Amino acid sequence: MECVFGLVGKGFAIVAADTSAVHSILLHKNNEDKIMLLDSHKLVAASGEPGDRVQFTEYVQKNVSLYKFRNGIPLTTAAAANFTRGELATALRKNPYSVNILMAGYDEESGASLYYIDYIATLHKVDKGAFGYGSYFSLSTMDRHYREDMSVEEAIELVDKCILEIRSRLVVAPPNFVIKIVDKDGARDYAWRQSVQDVTTAAV
Amino acid sequence: MFLIGFLYLASQSVKKIIEINPYMLGTMAGGAADCQFWHRNLGIKCRLHELANKRRISVSGASKLLANMLYSYRGMGLSVGTMIAGWDETGPGLYYVDNEGGRLKGDRFSVGSGSPYAYGVLDSGYKFDMSVEEASELARRSIYHATFRDGASGGVASVYHVGPNGWTKLSGDDVGELHYHYYPVPPAIAEQVMEEAAAE
Repeated sequence: MECVFGLVGKGFAIVAADTSAVHSILLHKNNEDKIMLLDSHKLVAASGEPGDRVQFTEYVQKNVSLYKFRNGIPLTTAAAANFTRGELATALRKNPYSVNILMAGYDEESGASLYYIDYIATLHKVDKGAFGYGSYFSLSTMDRHYREDMSVEEAIELVDKCILEIRSRLVVAPPNFVIKIVDKDGARDYAWRQSVQDVTTAAV
Repeated sequence: MFLIGFLYLASQSVKKIIEINPYMLGTMAGGAADCQFWHRNLGIKCRLHELANKRRISVSGASKLLANMLYSYRGMGLSVGTMIAGWDETGPGLYYVDNEGGRLKGDRFSVGSGSPYAYGVLDSGYKFDMSVEEASELARRSIYHATFRDGASGGVASVYHVGPNGWTKLSGDDVGELHYHYYPVPPAIAEQVMEEAAAE
């Protein structure tokens, strides 16, 4: 039920994730931010079991920071992705983490990149990727409309197309999504797409 | 068992609300022993934090301590569905923590077997800027409706208020009595007729 998808454009990468926190039939929260800032120029969109998702991504985040403190320079996106995959692989045959991750980052030398890392430690560098039931709808939509070197506006149009498709076709579709972007200026929130707004404020 | 927004806790039959410290409360759903033990353990850790850092622990920190502890026991059969409610420098804080290691920050939650029923009443009556009395009544009402429909819920509906100076218990009503309070039984017509006959 958790939908995560992302794509790479000209000098940037975008990831979108649903914002529902679900336990069996109960929706506990509809503004849960599942895209974490790994560092200034990296994003990790994660979906999976509640405890694993937060604990594993925070573990990766802290280790990425540790590397930067120890060595004075930050990890590249590729290195962070490979580290993440290594941790998943090591735990796999003993105590596996049920987390699927899309890691997006921007490096000066290699530009924007997106890595697909699934719960059994598969790692692929991709132009577009998706996880969850939503992937059945977003992947084909992205395959159809994606082009190399899209602009931010074109990419957001495509993301919105995917969100619309998921909302209309997935039986228990998540109502709200968060979109984040990473480019040379860093990783940041881009927008929220909320069709069900709670009485209170935005992200809690 | 549920927790309303920023101020209240409700539903207690066998001390389902654990007083972690004078400004923080934990609710109990799932295994009673697990909840009692781990909340007590959390209280110890919070006190150690105070002694080590010369300041109170935040609600975020306390809930994270509990979530991390429960996460390290994942898959081993613990059964804990709890809410940590308290007041710290950032104001009121409410976190949902469960035995899978999940931790959510929110304005209102409902936990336990009767939680969907409670959500129904809670969501329809909730406003962020409710008064203390309104919220207290909403809490009590939500618990009552959950116990009405869910066989595994019942007993006493306790309502606590958590403010800047700590928590206070507002009320503790037996849900059976609440039923007749909300839905009093009108006197039967036959009895009325008999009364009139006697008066003549």
